[in-house]
This record gives sequence, C-alpha cells and structure tokens, in this order.
Amino acid sequence: MIRTFNKGGVHPHENKISARSGIQGLPVPGSVAIILSQHLGAPAKPVVNRGDEVKTGQIIAKGDGFISSNVHASVSGKVIKIDVADDVSGYKRPAVFIEVSGDEWLDNIIRDGSVDREIKLNGTEIINRISESGIVGLGGATFPSHVKLTIPRGKKVDNLIINGVECEPFLTADHALMLEKGEELMVGVKILMKALNLNKAVIGIENNKPDAIQHLQSLSAQYGGIQIQPLKVKYPQGGEKQLIKAITGREIPSGGLPMDVGALVFNVGSVFSIYEAVQKNKPLFERIVTVTGRSVSKPSNLRVRIGTPVSALIEAAGGLPSDTGKIICGGPMMGKALSNTEIPVVKGTSGILMLPDSESRRHKILPCVRCGKCVDVCPMGLEPYLLMPLSQHDHFDALERAHVMDCIECGSCSYICPARRPLLDYIRLAKANVGKIIRTRRKP
Amino acid sequence: MTAAILYTIIILTSLGIVAAFVLYFVAQRFKVYEDPKIDLVEAVLPGANCGGCGFAGCRNFAEQLVKAETLDDLYCPVGGKETMEKIAALLGKEVVSQDSRVAVLRCNGACEYRPRTNVYDGVATCSIAAALYGGETGCQYGCLGFGDCVEACKFDALHMDQETGLPVVNDENCTACGACVKACPKDLFELRKRWKGNRKIYVACMNEDKGGIARKNCSVACIGCAKCFKVCPHDAITMKNNLAFIDSDKCKLCRKCAPECPTNCILEIGFPVKKPRPENLPEEQNKPVEPGIEPADTTAKNTISGKEEKQ
Amino acid sequence: MSKILTVSPSPHVTSDQSVQHLMYGVVLSLVPAFLVSLYMFGIGAVIVTAISILSCVVFEMLIQKYIMHTEISIRDGSAIVTGLLLAFNLPSNLPWWMIVLGSLFAIGVGKMAYGGLGCNPFNPALAGRVFLLISFPVHMTTWPLPLQSRIQYLDAVSGPTPLGILKETVRSGATAADALQQIPGHMQLFMGQMGGSLGEISAIALIIGFFWLLYKKIITWHIPVTMIATVFIFTGILWLAEPAKYASPLFHILTGGVMLGAIYMATDLVTSPVTKAGMVIYAVFIGLITVVIRIFGAYPEGVSFAILIMNAFVPLINKYIRPKRFGEEVKNG
Repeated sequence: MIRTFNKGGVHPHENKISARSGIQGLPVPGSVAIILSQHLGAPAKPVVNRGDEVKTGQIIAKGDGFISSNVHASVSGKVIKIDVADDVSGYKRPAVFIEVSGDEWLDNIIRDGSVDREIKLNGTEIINRISESGIVGLGGATFPSHVKLTIPRGKKVDNLIINGVECEPFLTADHALMLEKGEELMVGVKILMKALNLNKAVIGIENNKPDAIQHLQSLSAQYGGIQIQPLKVKYPQGGEKQLIKAITGREIPSGGLPMDVGALVFNVGSVFSIYEAVQKNKPLFERIVTVTGRSVSKPSNLRVRIGTPVSALIEAAGGLPSDTGKIICGGPMMGKALSNTEIPVVKGTSGILMLPDSESRRHKILPCVRCGKCVDVCPMGLEPYLLMPLSQHDHFDALERAHVMDCIECGSCSYICPARRPLLDYIRLAKANVGKIIRTRRKP
Repeated sequence: MTAAILYTIIILTSLGIVAAFVLYFVAQRFKVYEDPKIDLVEAVLPGANCGGCGFAGCRNFAEQLVKAETLDDLYCPVGGKETMEKIAALLGKEVVSQDSRVAVLRCNGACEYRPRTNVYDGVATCSIAAALYGGETGCQYGCLGFGDCVEACKFDALHMDQETGLPVVNDENCTACGACVKACPKDLFELRKRWKGNRKIYVACMNEDKGGIARKNCSVACIGCAKCFKVCPHDAITMKNNLAFIDSDKCKLCRKCAPECPTNCILEIGFPVKKPRPENLPEEQNKPVEPGIEPADTTAKNTISGKEEKQ
Repeated sequence: MSKILTVSPSPHVTSDQSVQHLMYGVVLSLVPAFLVSLYMFGIGAVIVTAISILSCVVFEMLIQKYIMHTEISIRDGSAIVTGLLLAFNLPSNLPWWMIVLGSLFAIGVGKMAYGGLGCNPFNPALAGRVFLLISFPVHMTTWPLPLQSRIQYLDAVSGPTPLGILKETVRSGATAADALQQIPGHMQLFMGQMGGSLGEISAIALIIGFFWLLYKKIITWHIPVTMIATVFIFTGILWLAEPAKYASPLFHILTGGVMLGAIYMATDLVTSPVTKAGMVIYAVFIGLITVVIRIFGAYPEGVSFAILIMNAFVPLINKYIRPKRFGEEVKNG
C-alpha cells in the first residue's frame, strides 16, 4: 500500500536528472577548509595547531557541549591555519585549513569494500562510536546522531524510520546510495535497531524511485524486521513530521519532538555513515553530493571529502555552465543560494544545483488575491497569507498566537503563490523575531 | 397623522432621557481615577509616539513619569533637555541632565569602496537579507543598503544616498530616538554625543575581520592597526576584535587620530577646512580644537543607547 | 570568480500558476458559453461583450494612472475577467452607455475604490450588474429571445426569462405546472435555448468551462458543487411538499444565473473564503439565499444578491473557519 501525509504538500517538477549516473569518487583536492560548526549546536573546539601533520580520519576538533559533534580531517597533510572561512550563508565561521599531501588514512580504518554483516559492538558501544565518529543527520538538519540516539529517561521509542524519501527536486544522492550501497544500508539499519533495542524498522521511499524500492525490498528478505514502505510523491514528505505521519499515522504535537510519538528518523546517508563508523571504524569525513542542473554537462553524484570547495565539484560535473545565474547548496525548495563558489562542502551539503539566469530571478510581486492556495498546501495547517502581513507590521503577539513557530520552512507557500508573494521570507523573519521573544521570556 | 408625529416625538424623547440616565450611572460606576498630571505631562511631550524613551508611546511615558519617584532613568531623547526640564518643573522633581545626542552610521562602504560579489534578489529589506546571508559584498558587517533605517525614522532624518548606497543622517532632524539603532540588523547606528556645529569624529566601520580580509573586501575598512589607539591622548579609543572604537563621551575632538588612519575609516565631519600645515609641526597638546557644548561633562552616564558597551 | 551570482531566500522554484495564468484560464474557459450566446443572440452578444471588456480595461488603466498614481496592472488580466463576467450578466440588447456605466461602477466602485486587485470585498462584476439592475430595471429585465434576432442589437425581439414566467404565473394565482407549459423543456434549457443574460443560458457550455477550470486547477469543486447541490436540495424539498406550487429542482438549477453564479461568480478568488470548509459554508448560504429570493422574494432571480450578501460574510468566515493545524489535536495509536 502506498502511503503519504494528508495535510497540504505540493508536487514540483522532479527533475531527477542525475538519478542514473551512479556514484563517482571525487579526487582529493589540493587543500580543504573544514568548518568547525557543521552541525546543529555548539561549534567544535579545535584540537590541532597550526603546522600539525594530520592523517585522514584523525580528529581535529572535539564536540563542545551536549549538542555538538566531533570534526575529523578529511585529508592527510599539514594544518596551515586555523582561521575563518565563508560558510553557505556567506558569514565567516572558524575553520581548519589543511594543505593536502598524499592520502594517508588512520591505520584503524578498514578500507576494503566488503560488506561486514556481523555487528560486534553492543548498544552503548555503538552510540559511543557514533559520537566519536562525528555522525550528524545528513539530510540537511545536521543534528548530531548520538544525541538523537540517547533516549531521555521516561521516553520510549518503538518506531525507527529511515528516510529515503528525497522529496527535494533535482537531488539524487540518497537514491544513488540506496541503489549502490543497499546491503550496507541494511546492516546500518540493523545497527540502529540494536542500539535502540528494537526489532523492526521502516524505510520510507517515494514512488518515483521504483528501482530503489525494488532493490531494497529484495534485500530486506535477508534482514528480518526491515520493512520498505513506498510513499506517494509529495513534497515535503522528507520532513520529519510529515514522514512520521505518512508512515505511522501519528502527529507530533505542536512544538514537540519525534520522540513524543515514539519515533526516531534517520536519513539513509546517516545510516550509511553509521555503518561505516561502526563496522569499518571510519569517521564521517566524506559524503555523497549531487551536482546537477539542466545545463550541467555531466550531472553526477560525487563522493566528496568534507572541506572541498564547491568549485571543485562543479569542475568534476563538467564546469560551470555559461548561463548559470544561481548556485544552490541543497535542493531548490529549501537549499541556500551561494554567494561564491569557494565555499567548502560541509556535512549537511546534499547537493549543488546550478540554475540558469532565466530561472534565477524572482518574479514580480502582485497583490494577494486570497486564493487560499498557500493555506491549502501548508503541511502544518498554517495560514501564510495572514502571517506575511503580520510579519511585515511586526505584530509579534498575533504571530505567536497564529503558531508561526510551527512553520517548518518547507517553502510550499512561496512555491505555489500565483501572485509570487515572498510568504516564506517574511514568515522566516517572523520566526526569528518571535523565537527571540520566546527565549527572552523563558529566561528568569 | 398628527398623532403619529406626536407619538414619535414622545417616544424618542423618553428614550433619550432613559438612555441619559443609564449612561450617567454607568459612567459613575465605572469611573477610573486618572492623575490630571498625566494629561499635563503628555501635552509637553513631543507626541511623536516614537518609542525612543523605551515606552509604548508618549501617553505611556507620561504615566511612567508621573508614577516614578525620580526621573533618573526616564528621558525623552526627542524633546531633550528642554522638555525634561519643563516636565520636572511640572512634577516638582529633579531632572538628570543628559547630553544631546545624534545618530551616526558606522559604515562608509560606498559602492566604489566595496566591490559587489553577488546580487541579492529577495525582498528588499535589510532584515530579511541579513537573516539570509552576509550581504552583497565580501563584508558581512557593512550596510546592506535596503533602507530599513529610513523606513524606521519618524523624523525624516534619514535618507538613502543613491550614489553611495548608504543612508545619510540629517543632523538637524535627528532626535536620537534610537529607532534606526533598533532597525539596523547589522547594528551600524550609534547615538553619539552631539557637538557644536554637528562636528563628529568616529570610526565609520564595524568590520571585525582581520586586516587583510577586511581591506580586500572594502578599501575603507578598519583594519585594526591600532594606530589611532596609540595616538589618542584622551583614552577615548578602544580596540576590540580588530576594530577601533572612539568613545564619544571621552573624545575631545582633538583630531589626532584621523590622519593616522591608513584606510581613512575615521571620519571627520563638520570641521572647517584645515589649512595645510608644514610636516612634523607639533600640534598643541591639551587645548581642544573646538570645544563642544559641554566639553567638561565627559562623565555623564550614557543611558540612552547602551550601545557603547557593545561586545 | 568572475560570475556574479544571484542570491535569494528559498524556495528557488515556483509553480507554473501565476495570477495571469489564473485570469486567462478563466477567460479561456468562458469561450464555450460565449459561442452558445453568439449562436442564440447573434451580434448583440459580441457588441455587449466587447464594450464591457474594453471599458473595464480602460477604466482600470485611467484610474490607476490619474487617480491612484500606481503602476498600471491591466496586464494581469483581472480587468478583462471582470469585463467579461459583467457582460455575461447583462442582456444582449442593453444600450452601450449603460454597459459603460456598469463597467465604471464595477471597476471604480467595486474594485479600485478598495485599493485594486485583491482588496475588494465584493465581486466587482456583480456589483456592476446589481448597480445596473437597480438603476435601469426595465432595460435590465428586457431579455432578448434566443434564435429570433441575431442581426439586431438594440431592437431585438424580447420576452421574459423562464424564471420571470414562473414568478408572474405563480403571482397571478396559477400553479407552477401552468407556467412550465410556457417554458421550453429541460433539454433545451440545458443547451441554453432560453431568454436571459447572455452568458448564463447554457448549462452545458458552463459545465464544460467548469471541467476545464478543474483540470487546470484554477478553482476547486467545493463552491460550485455545494451551491448547486444546495439549490437542488432546497427546491427539491419544496417541490416534493407541493409539486403544484413549486417548480422542479432541475428547472431551478438550469435556469437563471445558478450555473454561471456557482462556477464563475461565487468562485472569484478574492471574494470567496480561503479554506475548503469555509467555501462549503459560503456556498450553502448562497444557495439558500438564492432560493429564498426566487421563491419568496420580489425578484424572479436572486443569485447576484445572494453572492454579494455572502461576499460580505467572507471575512467573518475566514476568521472563524481556520484550517486545522498539524499536531493541534493529538490522536496517537
């Protein structure tokens, strides 16, 4: 049976051009800039100094605080400086710069390509290994995985959901991973099941990837307890709340966490990294990135070392098309536009999308015609057409009462608006302002 | 026919009388006592409802003024000293004197100094652009140029200069209400002490990057060389995060710092044109070049903006 | 990096639907109804439609340029739709200056006085029509007969509409059945062979337009279906109670402005509720008010009034009929 979530949602053109191109490894770049805040939470504290020689996989910064994550060297070479680098938002963040020499990995990383099915570690050891290896949610939110796996006392998790939805148009990194590393994924899911002491898990995949569904379904026969759930193609199904609703029928209460309904969601990319960390002792220092766009000559899925500049990825995909007007880090619905191409790849980079000039500019804004389409498509049941003017006029109390903080910033409202109104821009601003007010109120 | 008219008149009149009684009793029952002083104080206030005092409009501020024991923390930046003295006289309280202040923009990154590295194509407001990313130039600290401050100013004291892409403060109109300080997402506005003839010396930059990076992105950025810091005889200049800051309460407008600045990011405004002097001539040390309104009052607490202590 | 990139907040793609797309979609969907009208009323249909559209567009342009001093936005197509719908609500033998006056009221008072596109609480085309109906009741209720005078404009042969016949007959004390004998059969009514406003006559053409609008996702089914169903059920109950006194429900939904009103006038984006539940409530009340006016009121037809009355309640409906938020009600398990 095909499932989906019931409230709102849109269906943008899928444009999965790079779906059939497999995964290619990108050669190690000449130098990398590894940003120290690649995850949600506190930035990591560097543990190397300028001039130090590091090996691939060596820890270079330690997580600082409960919600934080370790950062590892993605190349071997010499630390040339610890300075700031532009991140995807165009703001400067502390980063470790490494000049590459050779590619010498730490000795304890197992580099054979074989699938290691036997899980030797116990639950606590698995979580510790995941924590040490700096695994974060690779779907984009980059929430540290070990924090997610540490279930607070009094909470119970009975639903492990693996997110293979990839609802963003253009992106195919997860699709390629499911096709090529299906076996490893299955072992990864088993590891998570062991860590959470569960005997079942569900992998949710949208129906536009029939080959992946079929492949994983045939594999799941050998691995007990793993169910493959095909889902109707609908954005934003990859959102945690929507995916849990689609698969379990449960709704996370407003302001709540997946744990409140006994569910945990992991992206397939994260699951693969967890497999590598637990079975091969390999920390998270590379990931699959889709490099795509309609004018790109070789749309591809690349295995990229963290810290590689975006320009190297674009080169590998056949160079920057001459008509490029906008480069997006992530998908077209939620990705961030880059201001230059020297920005390094981070753990949360799922794709690099090049849009031509003709599609880069916003359309003219017309008055709201109250068609109600935004209300229709909002997966959270909000009324964007009301929130935007409230935000424009700083009515923060009314915004809070209208539950603006429930917004998941999926962009469905701005996408559908026939008057091309920048609904999400203002709602995001309102969230920032209202969030600030709520935080100051909480302080005694 | 006459009867109908007569009845109508009688019914309406009696209705009116009944309603009058009802209204009278309701008014008596729900009467709220209000200090008549509030109205008097409100009449003195400028009535701009700008919120510069920190309260929701002039009426609210008047209530606070009447209620307060002392007027220590209450100040109307728009009406200034004059208004506050009037209010103090009305209420029989002491007024704490405050310097007159004026807003300055601490960014001089006009288009010609700050090359554009990308084009912003969203809603043309600073708040949304700042929430999205660092800005259209390499400098993430500088003015975005979409004019949220102009929008916020209720006194017509700000307008955008189309050529530089930066807002310009009209010193005559500026009341230091602080609306622009709140509106700017990059915290570029500062309320500085107002000197005679609107003379000003300030560091027109907020860039905290290291010198090389700052200069690469903007030719008039503060590079944190600390030359001005070393030359200042009044300890008015502090260095923090690769950035110099001149405390307007300590500065005596001696103008020693500005010529030292290698990037000309210390602006001198409103001074008569300097006569060219021969090199290496020692400048007079202790005499302020142009005394301001209250040159002695350097210890006055700055309670308007609180910006001075900014990290 | 030589290329200057564009940066903007997400989302970076938009749907294919724009306001222009919606407006021109409506225009296109009205083509079948116009063709039927052309066949039934001839040259008058062309003249009325052309004058109405032209004057609506010109008035919008002039008001924006000389009174509001805003950017001229006639290219969004909304004035064309207003003009077209106004024409469809007029008899095809109306003098040209009345049409111009109606357009001026529709655009000037009905739309621009509130601030232009998106700000008007009432459907501008209906505002124009009701203005004309009250100002020139004789001209507005002198309907040309179908198929009779295709080449005449002002002096077309005229007669009453089926609803008018019904009202007059019932008023004179006869039964509805008597009236129905003077009226063409249901099939002819369905095809549009009756007197009436030039766009409202042919149910089949309007239904074709409705399916086109649904296919193009310009409107949803909620308002038209609910409204027609309400009229059908309400008149059906009355008919079952007293078949001699009341006309059949099928007659009621095929005559007058029910089809045009349900599919085009009540679904106007600006003046209808935003939520589905709100739309249903709105449409039910339009249906009820229509029937009440038709059967118990002085006018033979009440769709225009019903829609305008409910337009006034739309802000209230939008205020109280809210979408259910995700996670508002926790029902787990």
